[in-house]
Amino acid sequence: MAEFFTSTFGDYLGTAIFTVLMILCIIVPLLLAVAYLTLAERKVMAAMQIRRGPNVVGPFGLLQPIADGVKLLFKETIIPSGANRVAFVVAPMITFILSLIAWAVIPFDDGVVLADLNVGILYLFAISSLGVYGIVLAGWASNSKYPFLGALRSAAQMVSYEVSIGFVLVTVLLCVGSLNLNDIVKAQADWWFCIPLLPMFVVFYISALAETNRPPFDLPEAESELVAGYFSEYSAFTFALFFLGEYANIWLMSAMTALLFLGGWQAPFDVAPFTWIPGWIWFALKASFVAFTFIWVRATFPRYRYDQLMRLGWKVFLPLSLAMVVITAGVLIATDSLPKKNNALPASAVESTEPASD
Amino acid sequence: MIVQTIAFYVFAAVAVMSALLVVGNRNPVYSVLFLILTFFNVAALFVLIGAEFLAMMLVVVYVGAVAVLFLFVVMMLDINFVELRQGFVRYLPIGAVIGIILAAELIFVVAGSSLGTAPAAAPTPALAEATNTEALGNIMYTQYFYLFQVAGLVLLVAMMGAIVLTHRDRSGVKRQRIGDQVARSRNSVELKKVPTGKGV
Amino acid sequence: MDELLIEYLPILLFLLIATGLTLVMVAASLLLGKQNPDSEKLSPYECGFEAFDDARRQFDVRFYLVAILFIIFDLEVAFLFPWAVSLGNIGLFGFWSMIIFLGVLTVGFIYEWKKGALEWE
Repeated sequence: MAEFFTSTFGDYLGTAIFTVLMILCIIVPLLLAVAYLTLAERKVMAAMQIRRGPNVVGPFGLLQPIADGVKLLFKETIIPSGANRVAFVVAPMITFILSLIAWAVIPFDDGVVLADLNVGILYLFAISSLGVYGIVLAGWASNSKYPFLGALRSAAQMVSYEVSIGFVLVTVLLCVGSLNLNDIVKAQADWWFCIPLLPMFVVFYISALAETNRPPFDLPEAESELVAGYFSEYSAFTFALFFLGEYANIWLMSAMTALLFLGGWQAPFDVAPFTWIPGWIWFALKASFVAFTFIWVRATFPRYRYDQLMRLGWKVFLPLSLAMVVITAGVLIATDSLPKKNNALPASAVESTEPASD
Repeated sequence: MIVQTIAFYVFAAVAVMSALLVVGNRNPVYSVLFLILTFFNVAALFVLIGAEFLAMMLVVVYVGAVAVLFLFVVMMLDINFVELRQGFVRYLPIGAVIGIILAAELIFVVAGSSLGTAPAAAPTPALAEATNTEALGNIMYTQYFYLFQVAGLVLLVAMMGAIVLTHRDRSGVKRQRIGDQVARSRNSVELKKVPTGKGV
Repeated sequence: MDELLIEYLPILLFLLIATGLTLVMVAASLLLGKQNPDSEKLSPYECGFEAFDDARRQFDVRFYLVAILFIIFDLEVAFLFPWAVSLGNIGLFGFWSMIIFLGVLTVGFIYEWKKGALEWE
């Protein structure tokens, strides 16, 4: 494929066109998946509450997300009089752009990845740590009380759970010995990490819920206290961008869960009927299952109180994940099962296992 | 190679421009936002010299954490531009002195390194042998053991300092005590059948 | 070195395309939707009241404390990443080196727990 483009259009232009096509191959299905996740959420929750859910627009309501999108496109964009206009419009754009560009490093199949970074997992960690900005900026720019309070809460919440996500990533890396996402998936050929690292899997999943502001951690937008939280003042497509960004983040977190703990694009068993199905379908199935559980959790659990939320983050998850980092490293060292590197240490480092005296 | 050069100049130019805007902006919130833009461009410059781990850490730590704190502080400032200008004249001498010292230090370092008298940094293991992160990990915890521990102590001091400076004990607040809730014995609640019209 | 940079080029392109797409969507909405603002519509929402005072007020200092503690733990995680990757190379000495580092920070963590800095009500 890539050769075809480089031979037809020349080296630079051909590569550029090929890359743009690949990017579109990620963005378009992603946006479709996001649109249908909103429908799936309404349908699944309806089923769990013995209702029908949207069933008017199209067969089984299948055209509902498109109708919603078109409606939002034709609505009036209201920018409150006291708002900082530029920041007000830029905030949802930041949220949406961040939720898209994270997908550049996700491997959909063995080696099928747009940018195969050596530090892929750090890239994801960095992008998810930036998610705070869209929200804080929206709350500040609105110049209205509810969005401001909602943004504050949300920022403190996301920041608190990010710490434990960081420690969880470290435990996974201990077992892999590489920051490359493809390597992380390959390291799970024998055992998916959700089995040996079960406590970390649970911590990661719950932190992912908190990180995406999903119920039961949806305090920033708790209707009964804060109207709609940080996006109270938003309308039309600026609102839609927040909405799309939030659901794209759900997909991202589901994909990350699948990559880190559920073996990514690998079949559950390495035997005939499972290996016939291509890897990217396995990956999509796993991510969809995690996304489904996000909806399931929403339909099942009541909302946390803010003090409980902060305590869970700082007093339960943080010490637990820190302890697990030490325990995992200790066990791996004791059993001598750390991932070994074929590249030897530089000679100077081998000689001086004692600290340098200078 | 030519793409690399163009990219370098674009990122460097944007970094310098946005750094100037950090200082020049009237609204402190926009200043912080330009600071973030500067960090991003510097991260891109790190990537251009092959230091991808440092680039990512710059984004994670500075943009993802430090700038969030700045934004928190700046967001709640009651911005009064008249007062700001008065402050400008008053603090100008101190600011100028600090600026001159910093500039002098920079000139010394740049001049020193270009003359080859002071090596800028100890040579790192070749990138071909190991990825960035590994190369760093291979030496940081063993060869630079003491410096690494000092970094830990600095973090400890920062943590304690933050608590000493900001923490206030409040009185008269009710807190949830999970232990007491769980340890509560079952028979503290009693079910009673109340006959109609009799009362307890 | 060049191979490393090649991997980052798609990310730059991706960023440009995502930004373009977002701009197009917002602009389309601004053009297509009928804009008909009036002063009531543009007033900040406050449950139907006129806004009582400015929205940007001082808030609880504990939010700063959370942000500061987050920076410190984020740095701790930053130190853990290279360690996790190269633990196989640096062996037992590297392991204990990190344990001492984490121990020092755990002292700080216990201090803040005992001080009640992690309490919310």
